[in-house]
Amino acid sequence: MNNKAWEGFCSGNWQEEIDVRNFIKTNYAPYEGDETFLADATPRTKALMNKLNHLFELEKEFGGVLDIDTQTVSSLTSYNPGYLDKEKEVIVGLQTDRPLKRGVNPFGGLNMTRKACESYGYKLSDKVEKEFQYRTTHNEGVYRIYTDEIKAARHCGIITGLPDAYGRGRIIGDYRRVALYGVDKLIEEKKKDKVLYGTKNMDVDNIRLIEELYQQITFLGFLKEMAAMYGFDISKPATNTKEAVQWLYFGYLGAIKEQNGAAMSLGRVSTFLDIYVERDLKNGVLTEEQAQEIFDDFVMKLRMARHLRTPEYNELFAGDPMWITESVGGMDEDGRTLVTKSSYRMLHTLYTLGSSAEPNLTVLWSKRLPQNFKRFVTRVSCDTDAIQYENDDLMRERFGDDYAIACCVSAMRVGKQMQFFGARANLAKLLLMSLNGGRDEKSGQQIATAHAPYEGDYLEYDKVLELLSLYREWLAKTYVGAMNIIHYMHDKYAYEKTQMALHDSEVHRFMAFGIAGMSVLADSLSAIKYAKVKCIRDDTGLIKDFEITGEYPAFGNDDDRVDDIAKEQVKLFYDELKKTPCYRGAEHTLSILTITSNVVYGKKTGATPDGRKAGEPFAPGANPMHNREKNGALASLNSVAKLSYDICRDGISNTFSIVPQALGHSNEERYVNLISILDGYFAQDAHHLNVNVLNRETLVEAYNNPESHPNLTIRVSGYAVNFHKLSKPQQQEVISRTFHEVM
Amino acid sequence: MKGRIHSFQSLGAVDGPGLRYVIFMQGCTLRCAYCHNPDTWEKSSGTEYSAEEVAAKAIRYKSYFGENGGVTVSGGEPLLQWAFVAELFERLHKAGIGTALDTAGVGDLLGARAVLHHTDLVLCDLKFAEEDDFRRLCGGSLDRVLEFLKLTQERNVPLWVRHVVVPGLNDSEESVLKIAAISRQFRNLQHIELLPFRKLCEAKYDAMGIKFPLRGYDECPAATIEKLQKVIEG
Repeated sequence: MNNKAWEGFCSGNWQEEIDVRNFIKTNYAPYEGDETFLADATPRTKALMNKLNHLFELEKEFGGVLDIDTQTVSSLTSYNPGYLDKEKEVIVGLQTDRPLKRGVNPFGGLNMTRKACESYGYKLSDKVEKEFQYRTTHNEGVYRIYTDEIKAARHCGIITGLPDAYGRGRIIGDYRRVALYGVDKLIEEKKKDKVLYGTKNMDVDNIRLIEELYQQITFLGFLKEMAAMYGFDISKPATNTKEAVQWLYFGYLGAIKEQNGAAMSLGRVSTFLDIYVERDLKNGVLTEEQAQEIFDDFVMKLRMARHLRTPEYNELFAGDPMWITESVGGMDEDGRTLVTKSSYRMLHTLYTLGSSAEPNLTVLWSKRLPQNFKRFVTRVSCDTDAIQYENDDLMRERFGDDYAIACCVSAMRVGKQMQFFGARANLAKLLLMSLNGGRDEKSGQQIATAHAPYEGDYLEYDKVLELLSLYREWLAKTYVGAMNIIHYMHDKYAYEKTQMALHDSEVHRFMAFGIAGMSVLADSLSAIKYAKVKCIRDDTGLIKDFEITGEYPAFGNDDDRVDDIAKEQVKLFYDELKKTPCYRGAEHTLSILTITSNVVYGKKTGATPDGRKAGEPFAPGANPMHNREKNGALASLNSVAKLSYDICRDGISNTFSIVPQALGHSNEERYVNLISILDGYFAQDAHHLNVNVLNRETLVEAYNNPESHPNLTIRVSGYAVNFHKLSKPQQQEVISRTFHEVM
Repeated sequence: MKGRIHSFQSLGAVDGPGLRYVIFMQGCTLRCAYCHNPDTWEKSSGTEYSAEEVAAKAIRYKSYFGENGGVTVSGGEPLLQWAFVAELFERLHKAGIGTALDTAGVGDLLGARAVLHHTDLVLCDLKFAEEDDFRRLCGGSLDRVLEFLKLTQERNVPLWVRHVVVPGLNDSEESVLKIAAISRQFRNLQHIELLPFRKLCEAKYDAMGIKFPLRGYDECPAATIEKLQKVIEG
């Protein structure tokens, strides 16, 4: 296949078949220099960003939602084109016809859509109600099957955050394909696949796949129509940088118009785009300033992406996140760095446009990353608290060198693997339920199969473990069952047509389970083993509280006595999950990640044997519990580093907050020391680190006077958030976390 | 060999170069008016560990140390437990880990010699330039510190002199220049580091029921440190 749009590119397998990775490998220019080449924001960019900031302020004043179109169901072509400023914009395309106006997307669940409208003072229109009168939503499908047991488990909060009322998300379309090949070529390939599958046995799996291919092809057509509404013909490959970004963004825009998934991640686009930039710079048709403008505009668009959510949803995933995760950096399998100048341009938007929670910029860290890049990203961390780090050396071995992160910590090969996202099980609550014979410790209600509760006043380690095994089996089976129902129904009623059209037809599927309360469980078991824990029961015999005598080693101190307990418990849960097969042959994976749900999980969990009081928040992700770390930050990192990534292939989230003074005397010292921390942590096969370099006082000030730091961005479990978009209890929880300080 | 230890700080970024695992030894004979860690004074408290155990703990952090980092032994006064520190440093050197000794320089000289044998860097607090002040505000003798510094020079161990600046007590240009002059007598001096007086420790004093002698003094602003650092660097 020959094409004028590809002039100047090195040839390779990418011209024979859809193979973006091969295109990158044969064409990209690794960059080992520093950031001095970068251009500042132009007056145009500044003016546009000012306008956008003004809209953000208005949105805040309107209670978090600027406007809702209650008349139109969100889809690729259902809105007229919208602009932030048609004259000034370099990259165009909005989710609806006006900036920050939210559409309604009832495919996941009609009830949730109604509730979301009402909580912001709107009412879902009769028109949409009528349209969905005879249509089954994902949510309705799920509830036709849910058992009483699943409903009870969900209600009491031992399983929370299941994507059963909105889009499941965590699927990354390979949006780069739109730019490199143009949509016609993608349709042609899908049509070929459809013919091919037509020759196979017409069993359930094959019939479903062929119908999906039909839908994918239809939606690729809609994608072209959507772009045409903005005056672009994306049927052919992009011919320059601006088109490449525009085409790619249209792919992403189509996806977020169609789907309101929890996490709608972008993938790994910077280095791909850099190939176009390099070609244009070489041909003298683009300047550095213009290149940065294109990135700035693209990122502005990403910062404007919104979905309509209910307050309950926001409680779990605070701050209106979209998880537009862009993975930057890393190394390729031949040992060359995948850092390019456009990796810098992407991160530089945190300066040209100011700090921001979205896109969720994720640096893929390798010991062998160029030193200049390491220094640059640690500087960005110290300045903005907006980026997270994930271990490329660890992931590359398992996912190759063209994977990206969905949501916070979920790695997948772009366009080749996808996941069925699945919330998390509350292991701290599991412990309490095990002691109470399957009853919920808060309500006393029987949730799981009844069994004799723990007898005796003092908890004995071995006896507790036995009970825990019994109920772990119940929880794992119930959890996998719920997930299978959810994803069966999501495929049936809310299939991701645009995103899956940007995947190979034959994809590998993960089913991503999660756990919360890991450190509470580990510390509780440690207390039972190394201290004395007495049960306190209420009149009905329900164990409601504990009395702890003596000290116990706590997770987060690099102490094997308790760290081994944590490791063991995580493995046991994963092994138990694997006993129940997943829908569509998906591979079980597990994450230790809570987003901000650690607050809600804590609220729904009674007092625990580690001394945590009823209702108190858990630590986020795999973090040790607050203020139990007695040996400083690296000991805490070492404990988390012991958790096995091979057990938790869906990621292990850790959030690290340090005051600047504890990281070094000068800025330059801080960058160097942060590099050492990241090198040292990841050398131990740790997976993920959120980095915040800031003073607790800043947060307290922002808590008390929201106006004092309007754009304060902080990293929480797996993503960044504007501090002011957190609820007050969530803000308090962030403030109460361990900040590593100077002694 | 066993030692009494107050605590461990796995992330030390301000006690020597690079990232450092800091071991705070228990026990000190000085009573410096601005002491940050009065809870390290009493010799008999703390927890006992063998040098082998502590070395094993520290080695767990080797991957973070990079080219410049390592272990810093602080306190308390580490030279009071010189035999323990000497063994610990020897073990760390065998493991390829750099060592720094953070001391006030008031221990036994023979013991110090044994420690310096395996020390890559000495961080010595030079608290006051005048014998009188030293005696009055620290309860020790400046002469002994100078003897110790001579020893570090003789052994040719790189030296950083550290000096806490308290506004209204020793924050004059004249005062810091005197500190600089004393320090520069030693050929092994690499760096003079001025540290701001801070009062975070007040709560500790209150909890221990001890009077904090400098309660009436203000914390030292960063700008003062910057200015004085320029003064001594000429």
